[in-house]
Amino acid sequence: MTTLDHLRNRDAVLRMSEKEAEERASVVDPDDERMIINMGPQHPSTHGVLRVTMELQGETVLRSKPVIGYLHTGMEKTAEDLTYLQGPTNVTRMDYAAPLFTELTFSLAVEALLELEIPDRATWIRMLMCELNRMSSHLLFLATNGMDLGAVGMMIYGWREREEVLRFFEKVTGLRMNHNYIRPGGVAADLPDGWREDIQNILQVLPERLEQFDVLMTGQPIWRERTQGIGVITTEEALALGATGPILRSTGLAWDLRRAMPYLAYDQVDFDIVVGTYGDTFDRYAIRLNEIRESMRIVEQCIEMMPEGPYRTEDRKVTPPPRARIDESMEALIHHFKIFTEGFKVPPGEVYTAVESPRGELGCYLISDGGPKPQRMHIRAPSFVNLQTLPHMIHGGLLADAIAVISSIDPIMGEVDR
Amino acid sequence: MTDSSPPVDEETESDPAAIPEAEVETLHGSAVTYSNDQTVLHPNKDGYHDLVEALKDEGYGVCIDLCGADYLGNETRSLPLTVLPERFELVANLLDVHDSRRIRIRVQIAETDPSVTTITDIHPGAEAMEREAQDMFGLVFEGHPDPSPILLPDDWQGHPLRKDFSMGRIPVQFKAVDGR
Repeated sequence: MTTLDHLRNRDAVLRMSEKEAEERASVVDPDDERMIINMGPQHPSTHGVLRVTMELQGETVLRSKPVIGYLHTGMEKTAEDLTYLQGPTNVTRMDYAAPLFTELTFSLAVEALLELEIPDRATWIRMLMCELNRMSSHLLFLATNGMDLGAVGMMIYGWREREEVLRFFEKVTGLRMNHNYIRPGGVAADLPDGWREDIQNILQVLPERLEQFDVLMTGQPIWRERTQGIGVITTEEALALGATGPILRSTGLAWDLRRAMPYLAYDQVDFDIVVGTYGDTFDRYAIRLNEIRESMRIVEQCIEMMPEGPYRTEDRKVTPPPRARIDESMEALIHHFKIFTEGFKVPPGEVYTAVESPRGELGCYLISDGGPKPQRMHIRAPSFVNLQTLPHMIHGGLLADAIAVISSIDPIMGEVDR
Repeated sequence: MTDSSPPVDEETESDPAAIPEAEVETLHGSAVTYSNDQTVLHPNKDGYHDLVEALKDEGYGVCIDLCGADYLGNETRSLPLTVLPERFELVANLLDVHDSRRIRIRVQIAETDPSVTTITDIHPGAEAMEREAQDMFGLVFEGHPDPSPILLPDDWQGHPLRKDFSMGRIPVQFKAVDGR
């Protein structure tokens, strides 16, 4: 039997409108022990406002369906009303746990349409910041995943470590989240003095803390009981459902865009792709924990190999003139004014760019009509697509395990609903 | 497509058959263009489903992205000569994880008949993305297993990402809660 037939015959997805569900609830049939309940949208384990409609038989989950859209604010429509320079302020608010990745994929798309080369230092700063962001995002996952499964202490530890990274982000970008740091043409500002020491401090503390997490969770029998063999998915199913990131890698397929289709300078750094074996909740947890270690390796190499030079392109079409020039030159002042009021024009065309975010393939499909604002900006959000695996993973399992599985998908609802 | 040449001249629009097929590169019977080093296929609406199926056999086993686009008022779009421009486009990005390659499909969809065959029978992962395109552009996916709104409320009127749907047109009213 093919994967497609298997997915179809399993009947894991609840395709029923609320009205139908209501009608069914009013019919009393003593032989039918199934019932339909809602989990969420206000539930501590649903990571925001995710509602899951579940059909239960006793404690066993039969069919289910994630109901989303509670955070939908039309960000793709908003993007059509913002210039390319303002664009990152909008997209950075989608995946609020890993905002730099959305800025990156958007900027790469704009640069592809402009056919713009960015300086080496900008590329390496982007890579450094993104890997730090991957670490902070995975630490957030460890915190919430621990809390969801009863290791409440983990919430404090994960948050504490994440805070170290965010403190560095604040120093570099001025903000802890929603940085608007990666922009078309480069990055917003150069790294501050003493950035090497700041990162070294983080890299020094973390390995020891990660080992503590291993003691607290990885090797612990209760943790293993709750995660091993729960929410299993195969490679074929994950691919058919479009799942990427740790979910796909947990099935044993080493698919990582940083290796498969290198962008930035990922072909110049040394790192390993972490893969799982069984495609269960434990594998997804272990992959993220170990990806923090791999990201730390990349960050170390970034510190060593960071080139000197400008941090944004010298192309005056997209980069405003330096502050000092504005005081001397009328033309520079006009130029500065034009870039920030009218924006720069991007040649007509369409492009799709993709980066590996902590959650999977984060893509940006951009259509330009030659004006200063995009004609269409679409973000391919990994969480949105990954959520489709949920009904298949919790089908036939216990309700308590459903919590573990939702947590292991690591959905960020801001990105799901956009 | 970075060249700024006008999309289709008048003659083509009236009679696409007049262009000799040999001048346009094709794959599985669909015109091929290259946009920023990315391969783009332009099937017609009826051949779209078969094309996706043929590409799946060729290795493009993942439908990584699917979205709609509205070209109302855009005069700068460039298309191969054999393709008639329509207001809407359905854009699907397919991925081959074994050979690390991508391909993009752009289907022209007329405003008067915004229906197209679903590809959820080939790529079940397209389900949520097709529902989103249906919400945002009013595209109709024939044979879709669950064509209910995904991001918009069930009673929402209109399709927000259409170009003639202006921002702030509908004041958002939160549903009143009884007894408060």
